[in-house]
Formats: sequence, C-alpha cells, structure tokens
Amino acid sequence: MSRQITLRDAINEAMVEEMRLDDSIFIMGEEVAEYNGAYKVSKGMLDEFGPNRVIDTPIAELGFAGIGVGAAMNGLRPIIEFMTWNFAVLAFDQIVNNAAKTLSQSSGDFSCPIVFRGPSGSAGQLAQQHSQTFESWLANCPGLKVISCIDPADTKGLMKAAIRDNDPVCFMESESYYGFKGEVPEGEYLVPIGKAAIRREGTDVTIVSFNKMMEVVKAAAIELEKEGISAEVIDLRTIRPMDYETIIKSVRKTNRIVVVDESWPFAGISSEVTYAVQKHAFDYLDAPVTRVNSADTSLPYAAVFVEEFLPNPAKVIAAVKAVMYR
Amino acid sequence: MTQVKGKKTTKASKGSNGLDLATYRQWYETMVRVRKFEERALKMYSINKIRGFLHVYIGQEAIAGAITSALRPTDPIATAYRQHGIALSRGISSDLCMAELFGKATGINKGKGGSMHFFSKEHYYFGGNGIVGAQIPIGTGIAFAEKYKGTDNICLTMYGDGAARQGALHESFNMAMTWKLPVLYVVENNHYAMGTSVTRTSNVIDLQKQALSFEMPNSSVDGMDVMKVHYAMAEAAAHVRSGKGPYLLEIKTYRYRGHSVSDPAHYRTKEELNTYKEQDPINQFRDYLIKHNLLKENELEAIDKAILEEIDAAEAFAEESPFPDPAELYTDNYVEKDYPFITD
Ligand SMILES: Cc1ncc(C[n+]2csc(CCOP(=O)(O)OP(=O)(O)O)c2C)c(N)n1
Ligand SMILES: [Mg+2]
Repeated sequence: MSRQITLRDAINEAMVEEMRLDDSIFIMGEEVAEYNGAYKVSKGMLDEFGPNRVIDTPIAELGFAGIGVGAAMNGLRPIIEFMTWNFAVLAFDQIVNNAAKTLSQSSGDFSCPIVFRGPSGSAGQLAQQHSQTFESWLANCPGLKVISCIDPADTKGLMKAAIRDNDPVCFMESESYYGFKGEVPEGEYLVPIGKAAIRREGTDVTIVSFNKMMEVVKAAAIELEKEGISAEVIDLRTIRPMDYETIIKSVRKTNRIVVVDESWPFAGISSEVTYAVQKHAFDYLDAPVTRVNSADTSLPYAAVFVEEFLPNPAKVIAAVKAVMYR
Repeated sequence: MTQVKGKKTTKASKGSNGLDLATYRQWYETMVRVRKFEERALKMYSINKIRGFLHVYIGQEAIAGAITSALRPTDPIATAYRQHGIALSRGISSDLCMAELFGKATGINKGKGGSMHFFSKEHYYFGGNGIVGAQIPIGTGIAFAEKYKGTDNICLTMYGDGAARQGALHESFNMAMTWKLPVLYVVENNHYAMGTSVTRTSNVIDLQKQALSFEMPNSSVDGMDVMKVHYAMAEAAAHVRSGKGPYLLEIKTYRYRGHSVSDPAHYRTKEELNTYKEQDPINQFRDYLIKHNLLKENELEAIDKAILEEIDAAEAFAEESPFPDPAELYTDNYVEKDYPFITD
C-alpha cells in the first residue's frame, strides 16, 4: 500500500515516527514549534511532543547547533533544523570543528549522533545570499555524512536512517520542492545511507544528479528518448559516502556520462564524480566526462539571471548530445 | 504626540531645538514616501512584477523620517533586508528603488540585489543584508574605517529584535566599546522576528540592556513618534560623534504586515496590531502638524498628492525599463575585469 504525499509530509512523518520510538530525539530550530516550521515541515509536532522536545530557538545558529552537538555527546539524538542551509554557514564551526571531529578527538569515546537538516539550493528570485547549495562544502569534511534528496519516499526512508545513524548527518532538502508529491509506502521502512537509485534504465548515456536537479534530468531524459537517445538516470541521494559503484557500473555499460549538479563547478560534486569515473572507468569512456552546473557566479535577483544561472533541460540535452557527438 | 520636554517645537521658524518647518516637512514627506512606495510595491508583488522576498517597513516609518534629520547625510548606514524605507530616507530615488524591485537594469543595483539588497556608495548606504545580524559586525567595521581615516562620521548600524540574539552582536559590542568606535547601534524592536515574539527569545526583553555588560551607554524610545525618535537618535549620535565610542538606542516599533508577503501573521492579535495602528507614525504627526498650525490640511494633501505622483512615475519608470542583459551574470563577481570563470 502506498499513497501520494508531499516531500514536506514525508520528512514530517519520518521525524514523528522516530520521535515516537525514541525519547532521546528532539527537534530544535527557528520557528519549528509554535509556527509549525517556516516551511511547515514540523507541522503538528509541538502538539504531539510538547515544548520539551519541539523547541523554538532564537536566531542563533552557531549557538543552537553547538547545543545540539553537546546534547548529542551527552546521550541525546538531536535534529537541528536550519531554516535554510544558507544560515547554517554561521554554524559551520560547530558542524565542521565539533560534530565531525568529536569521535576522532575523543578516540572513539564520544560519538555525535545528530541530524542537521533544512533546505539547500536556489528557490526562485531570492538573490545571492539565499540561493546557495552546500553539499560539496560539507561532503568535503570527513566525519560527516551528507544526504540530498527530494523524492518523498526515499527522503522519508533516508531521514529515518539518518536519525538512527550514530554519526552526524547533514540532510539537504529543497524549499521549492516541499510541496512535491510522490508515492510513499505505508508502514515502517528505511532507505540505506550511501546507496544511489537508478531512476531510469538506459543504454546510451548515464546522467548522474541529485536533489531538485533530478527533475531537470528526468525532463531531459524524456526529451532525449523522443530523439532516440536512451539515458540511464542515477539519483545519488547520498552525497557522502558516495555510491561510486552504481555510477561506475552504469558508465561501463553506457560509456558516456553527464553529471548535473546545482552546485558551483569548482571542486563540486561533479568534480568528485568526474575523478572517480576517469579513474575507474577510463577504458570504457567514449567521450569526456561532461557536467552541467550552475554558473560560476553569485546568483543575482532578476529572473533573467536565475534562468541563465541554473541547469535546465535544454542545457542537459546539449551536454548529452555533446558526449554522443550528435 | 507628546512633546519632548524642554524642546520647543510649536514655532514654524527655527527654534531653540534646532528644528525648523523644513525638517517637519521632510519627516512627513519621508514617512509618506516610504508608506506609499511600499503599498505600491505590495500591489506590484500581487501582480507578479516583483518576486522573491518582500519585507515591508509599514508601521516603522518614523525611524526613516528621523534618520533624515538626526544624522548627517555622510554618516554611513548598514541595515538588514527590511530596508526600502532606510534607502529612501537616504535619498535614493523612488525610481531607482522601484526599478530594483522589478529586477530592471535601471535599478539602484541593476536588478542584481532586489528587495533585500540596495546599496549606494553615493548615499553612504552600505546596504541591506539578508543574513540576520550580519550587518552588526559589518557596521562596526565601517565605523572602524571612519575612525581609522580620521573623519567625524559615525556609522548607523541597524538590526532587529531577532538579530539581537545573534552571537556576533556581543563580539561587536565588545570590540566597539574597547576601541571606542564611532558606531550608533539602533535596534528596531518591532516585537517579532518572523513568528517569534521577542519575549520568547530571551530572559532579557529590554533590548537596550544588552549594552550593559559592555558598559555601553544606551536608551530606549517610542518608535511610533518621529519627533521622539529624532531627539533620541540625535542625542545618541552626538555622543558617538564626540569620540566617546558606541551607543545603543532601542527603538520600540511595530510592523503592521506579516514578516514578508508570505506570512499571514497569525501569531499576534488584531487588538495588538490595532493598538499600534492607533499610534500610526504618519497620522500621529499629521495631527500634530495641523493642531499646532505648522502645516495646513491642504498643504499636507498637496504633499500626499505629490508623493503619489512620484510613486506613479516610479512604477512607470520601472515598468518601462529594460531587464538586465543575462550576460551581466558574469559582471560584478570580481573587480578584475577578465577574471577566468569556469564555463567548461
Ligand atoms: C542567519 C539567518 N538566520 C535566519 C534567517 C531567516 N530570517 C530572515 S528574517 C528573520 C527574522 C528576523 O527578525 P528581526 O531581526 O526582528 O527583524 P525584522 O524582520 O523584525 O525586521 C529570520 C529568522 C536569516 N535570514 N539569516
Ligand atoms: Mg523584529
């Protein structure tokens, strides 16, 4: 049995189900309680779990992220919501210098089972400071796991896995896709961290992507099919640890790959995938690994800039045709 | 409107308080300009001419009015994203501001900043910042540079009751006080940070008290009364300008609308909103001007009319202006002209 629910509700269900099972889980962040979440992801949670477990904070990202780390070191399992990951930049000290390093520093004595979550990426004309992706920033740091997904069913299963995970997990959602609907199974299930999903099987080219760029890729794949190009579409879902195996296996079959990544190009997820592919599938490649990123610039306000900046189906189709020499 | 004691304000000519009719007119005009500009912006948002975030200042205009008289036009200002009113009070034209909201090439920042980010070096306006509290250390640094350069300018650094809870505030206050930097901190306490009442964010509700642990001088003023805001800000500015270091002024005010266009503001009561609307800064000052025979009803109406025409013209200017060239995406990222961007 399954039903259609939104990404927002899928995340909500994951948190609610886990909080019912384990008293040590609490959620903390700006507007999560009385306002039911800036994007209504935590709707109803204050009513069900009360103010000791669903906690509104002042605007103090560095402070409440650190409070989460301390609580995690001392036996609790916090979920720290950032209104968006853009604001989590203030908390990077606690995420990178503490959450990621506590286990190593304490030689395994203290773990830090914590989930930092919130939307990442552009969401329309929100301008420079509110339009950034952070997967590659955090995935660069050993000690952290990074998930970035918008498929409601997978996000629910991954969120539950993240909450149960004993290491710190950074979970990246999407502001513009909270209302995105998908089939979500009834009942209890987990989706394993570190496994990509093949969304569409194909033979001519592999397209790897994640988060809301998956929708761009799906649209491109449908167009490509009409032109007789069969694309295999992989949703990374987890960024770190990355499922290199699924990517490599696919490339060995299709011999061509395009990586579609909303992040900036420099040292991004697309660069990481590209390295792995040239290293482990060099002899199988019939064309250079090609990527489609956002522009190598800040994103200004006007609509023309948003259009120019982001990957879109046309850009993906052009990249695919380039690797197909068509 | 209560008179500030010892300040003579009933005379049309320049009185002992240093204020004259021109100043009153300027306050009134500024407040009406900000109100009408934003009412129009809201309307334009509703027909999709403006997109993204739109945080309006409606209810808080007395502060914009007072800035025009309590500070020098060369005193730098740093503020947050609720900033159209401050930019307008600085003399950035309605045309340039509206075109920016429309995302047009003729906007104050070429359609690159939008509602949250107006900047103008010409107007000593160091911009609207979208990261809550980020402008507190930045304003402190702007003040540092003024002192370093040996000017007698002071930096007006404005932030909200929500921003008051960021750690950077404490670090900035401490350094500003230690180094006696010429910074006037103004906390615009409109009682809410999004849906969170200021009373739910701390044990310390009187935001002026945040200055105490640094022994920074401080005061608090009713922000619905432009005259009171002027006197409080002018006094604080005089302290800072005299070289004695920073000052914290808390201005108690209220935003009539939701946090941004998408917020229905269910977290507060109609009664509470109405209490503030009854002290509306524009109506209150209008009544005062009429009662004291400073400006007549028909003179005020003439101002209102002129401002409405200005806003109509700004809308037309914005509407008729071209959108930016998409290639502008690659300008203004580096000062260096031929920076080698990655384009694959
Ligand atoms: C660091 C950071 N955290 C969160 C946000 C989201 N946010 C934008 S405005 C705001 C409320 C700020 O309230 P306040 O400082 O009182 O200013 P006001 O909106 O009342 O003018 C929040 C939480 C942000 N922009 N930056
Ligand atoms: Mg506020």
